[in-house]
Formats: sequence, C-alpha cells, structure tokens
Amino acid sequence: MRSIASVVNRKSSPSFLKILRSRRYAAYWMVLPLFILIVGLVVYPFCYSLYLSMLNKSETKWVGLKNFGRLLGYGTFWLVVGNSFRFTLIAVFFKATLGLALALILNNLPLAGQRLWRGVSMIPWVMPLALSSLGWWWVFEPTHSAINWVLVQLGGTPKPWLSDPFWARVSTIVTNIWFGTPFFMIMYLAGLKSIPESLYEAAQIDGAGAVQRFRYVTLPMLSRLIAITVMFSTIVTFANFDIVRILTRGGPRYTTHLFGTYAFNIGIEAGHLPRGAAVALFMFPVLGLAAFFILRNIARGEE
Amino acid sequence: MAKVILENVSKNFGRVQAVKNFSLEVDDQEFLVLLGPSGCGKSTTLRMIAGLEEVTEGKIYIGDILVNDLPPRDRDIAMVFQDYALYPHMTVYQNMAFGLKLRKRPKEEIDRRVREAAEILGIQELLTRKPRELSGGQRQRVAVGRAIVRQPSVFLFDEPLSNLDAKLRVQMRAELSKLHNQLRTTIIYVTHDQVEAMTMGTKIVIMKDGEIQQVGSPMEVYNYPVNVFVAGFIGSPAMNFIPATLVQLEDGVWLDAGNFQLLLPPSKAERLQDLKERRVLCGIRPEHIQDKAFASKRPKGSTIEGIVEVVEPLGSEVFLSVRSGGHTLTARVDPQTRAKPNEKIELVLDTDRIHLFEQETQRRINTE
Repeated sequence: MRSIASVVNRKSSPSFLKILRSRRYAAYWMVLPLFILIVGLVVYPFCYSLYLSMLNKSETKWVGLKNFGRLLGYGTFWLVVGNSFRFTLIAVFFKATLGLALALILNNLPLAGQRLWRGVSMIPWVMPLALSSLGWWWVFEPTHSAINWVLVQLGGTPKPWLSDPFWARVSTIVTNIWFGTPFFMIMYLAGLKSIPESLYEAAQIDGAGAVQRFRYVTLPMLSRLIAITVMFSTIVTFANFDIVRILTRGGPRYTTHLFGTYAFNIGIEAGHLPRGAAVALFMFPVLGLAAFFILRNIARGEE
Repeated sequence: MAKVILENVSKNFGRVQAVKNFSLEVDDQEFLVLLGPSGCGKSTTLRMIAGLEEVTEGKIYIGDILVNDLPPRDRDIAMVFQDYALYPHMTVYQNMAFGLKLRKRPKEEIDRRVREAAEILGIQELLTRKPRELSGGQRQRVAVGRAIVRQPSVFLFDEPLSNLDAKLRVQMRAELSKLHNQLRTTIIYVTHDQVEAMTMGTKIVIMKDGEIQQVGSPMEVYNYPVNVFVAGFIGSPAMNFIPATLVQLEDGVWLDAGNFQLLLPPSKAERLQDLKERRVLCGIRPEHIQDKAFASKRPKGSTIEGIVEVVEPLGSEVFLSVRSGGHTLTARVDPQTRAKPNEKIELVLDTDRIHLFEQETQRRINTE
C-alpha cells in the first residue's frame, strides 16, 4: 500500500520534489534559513528604524529629516559623538596592544602551561558582559569599592570612580578593555602559531635580535590579522551598550554616554522613539566604513 | 673560507640522544654532505653548527674560533632552509639585503652585493617580486642568493632540494656544484638523498642513529662501504645481500649460499685464510650482475640460475628481480635482454666486486 501511495504522491507533485532535489537549487535551499534570519533580524529592523526616525514623537506625522537636524543642534549629541570616538579609540588601542603582549607571553610559555593560561585568560570574554559589568560596578561603586579599599590601605585617597566625569570614563574604558582583550589575544596567538619557525631562524642567522625579529618578522606577518581584528573590534566597541548602561547609565551628566546608550535614553527612557532611532542611525556610516575595510581586507587575502 | 671542526659533539633532547659523540673535521672549501635516513641526527648536527640548537656536550670550531656560546649571527655562516624561509612580506631584493641591512652596511655596498649575487643565480628580473609570485625553483634560488650575499665563510644547506620536482632537482644539483666551484667556500649540506650526496659532495658523512658510520669521498663509500648499513644506503637500486658460508675447496674459496655457489677470485680469497667456515653476508650491487647472454666474461663459479619475477625496462637499462632459492636479487642488465617474467634466467656476477660483511657485527671484511 505504502508503495502505491508514494507513487501516487510523487505523481501529484513531481515538479516540487524535483526542484528540492536538484543540485542547481540545493545551494539556495541551504542558505534560505540564514537569509530569513538576516531579513528578520537585520534588514527589516534597519528599514523600520529608517522609517521610524522620520516620524514625530507620537509617531503620527511624517517629519522628514527633522529628527536628525535637531540632534545636530544639540550640545549633548556632540558630547556623545566625542564620547563614542574617545571610548572606541582608547579601548581598541589598549585591547590590541595588551592582546598582542599577552599572546607573545603565552606563546613563549612551555606548552603544558600554555593551555591552562590560555583557558584562564579567556574567562573575561566568555562571561556574559552584563554580569561581568555588574561585577565591575561592584568594584567601582563608592560604598563598597574594592579599589578604593586597596587605595586607602596603601595610604591613598578614595576616588569617585563612577560620579566624576574623568574617572567614570576611565572606569567604562577599563571594563571594556578587560572584556575585549582576550579576543585579541586568542586571535594573535593563533596568528603567532601560524608563523613558520624557520623564518625566525633565518632572521636569527641574518643577524636579527629579539626586537628586530619582532619588528621584521612577527609584526609584518601579523599585520593583516591586526588590521582585521582592530576593525572588527572597532565595530563592536563603538556599538557598546551593556558596560555604560550598567556602570554609569551614561552619567554623570551624559559624559559617558555612547550612541547605543544615548539612543536608549532618548528613545525608551525619554519616550521619543523616532529620535532615538535617529541617534542609532548615526552609527551606521562609521560601522559601514569599518565593515567595508574588513571585507576588502579579507577579499585581498583570498586573492 | 674556514675549517669547521666538531669535537665529541652530543645533543640530547630530554632522554633522547639525537647526536652521539660526533667528531669531524671539515676542510676549507670542502663540499661536505651529511647523509642519512630521517631521524639520524644530521639536521640536528647542522643546526648545532648554525647555532640554532645548543650543544649538550663537545666543542664546535668555525675557522679556529670556538663558537659554542656564539649566537648564529656571530658565527659567520649562512643557511638555506628546506622550506626556503623567505620573508613573505619582503621583495626578493629586500630578502637578500636583509642580513646586510641589519649589519648596517652602506646602501651602495648592499646594492652592489645583492646585484652581484642575483647575477650569479640569474634572478636579476625577480628582484622586485614577492616570494609568493615565484615558482619553487625561483624561491630556491632566492634562498641561495640570500646566503651568498652575506659572503659567509661557511654555507649550511638543510635539505634544500627536497621540495623541488625531480627534473628541477637534477638541474639545481648541477648549479649548486657549479656555485661551489665558483665561490670556493666551505659547504655543509644535509640530505637523505644519496644521489645528491654522491653527485655534489667532495666528502660524504653517513650517519645513523646519531652516529657517524663512515666518512669518505663518494667513490670511497661506494666502493668500500664499512658496514651493511652504508652498503645498503649508498647506491640505487640498493645492494643485494645474501647470507652465505665461506668454504675452502681445492680450487679456491667458495661462497655457499645454499642453492648456488660462487668462487671468490684468488686475490680476495688470499685475505680470507682464517675465515673458512665462517657465516658471512655477501653483498653485490645490481650493476655487477649481468644477464649471461650479455656478460663480457664468465669465470668459473660466477653464474647463478633463477626465475625472473619482475622486469622493469628503463630504456638505457633493465632492472630484473630474480628469485633464486630463498633469495631475491636485483640485477641491472643490458636493455636488450630477453628476460620475461616467470621464465628461467642465468645471471653472471662480477665476483671481483663482491663485498663481504661479518654477519654478527655487520662490519666489512676487508678483501682488498
């Protein structure tokens, strides 16, 4: 019976099954789930936020680019722009430098110890950022600040970590560095492992000391990887939300707000959703540019 | 231009002894080849001379200077690596100039020396290219060029031809020999390929398990191998080994291999007086076994019979695999042979070229 049924079925929808089975279309079927995800979670929200950003506060009237224009006139907005760039540049610089230093140290450890330390140093990165940010809040927060306790024990004076503009900025950046360094480290460690030992030996025979080997072999061999990781991290850091939201909520007086937290502040907390969307959309050119350089770099590598 | 002397050099990696009590003198302008199977310690020895591995015990001198504690850059050596180790981000010119640049030589001098070396190797047109734009043979040349530019007193080569295809390897072999004549510099060359060793070396060191087996000129090690290992390692196809007993009869000393007997020439037999009834290993190279139909001379007691198993025609010669009793012999015979698989054949052995080895110690029994 079953065989008859299947024969009948096959006859009833032969073209559909054929398409499903044909090699020509197999690739399309395989990317379909991802395609749906991207359209649902990226393309649609992006288009919707474009539309949203051109409405008035009560979302009843089309106002064109008025929200964007208003933002450009706000001092606070420019403060946020400055904050975002400062936060990103400083954090990415230190993450990349520390990551490279850590990778070099780890790479020179004996293999047995290397595995352990590699695992340990990945902890900040694998912990959920919201949770570790809370941990850091605990460390900075004046009433039970561990850092202040240490400072006092050493004979110093406690610092208002989260309520002074300067120290609040330092705190958010330090937390971001702490979180992001392991990513750089693991990438650079993988890069270091792929440099053939004989290059170092050739350099040694050519007369290069340790510093020159780093300068003429390690750095050039890692340069593409450094470029890609820095660009990638720039995107992620620029769009950071969790750390600032949890440590300072953008304060004191907007001095630590980034695009992400400022958009949330205006759109959700102050209830002006269209203008919040406009703030978020200002990130697009920066991130788009970074993404362009990454993709170009990767494409070059495949040549 | 320097002598290299190794005195009782040993190298341990943990519990493994990679090189054991290695002593050797390399004369100035020698093309010395360290030859042996993989894992015999030849590369380790080279790397100790280069200063890339520390010496566990012993002393290494380069040009009368004890170099044990000198870093590679102060040893006045240059090395060509198996994978060439060219800096991928530098052009050919920069690769070749790098050593001189680090030594802070004036720009004009660097330029002149790089161009000279490039001319010697015929790579002038490649100077602006990056290594990834070069073929294997070109990279090889650049790696050699980088070594030449430095004008070191000793060149070290670590299996430099093993990544090239067969045809290019033959060509580069000739070029390296030519280069050696041109530069008149000491070369120490590591390889596992006995053909490279034979064709290029002025002196060959055969190693096994971290120990020197034999040191000699190519023809010395070919004609008078000191033990079974050397005899089997040098020559292609490898030497045939047949266990046999020495028997003294009225007409001379015979080698009894069970199903066939060979009469040793009187000159050899004379030296074997006290070895009668000894079990020995008889070695004969394939090129000293001929199809009877083409043998120039057939002295008494030099012919054996067998069944042909495999015929491998190479054009200029034919390799036969012949089964005789319990032994399989490889013979290199005249290309016009009529031998066919599974047919009988008579072979003539050049008994003057028979090597005898003690069965227990595997050492050569001197018969010359």
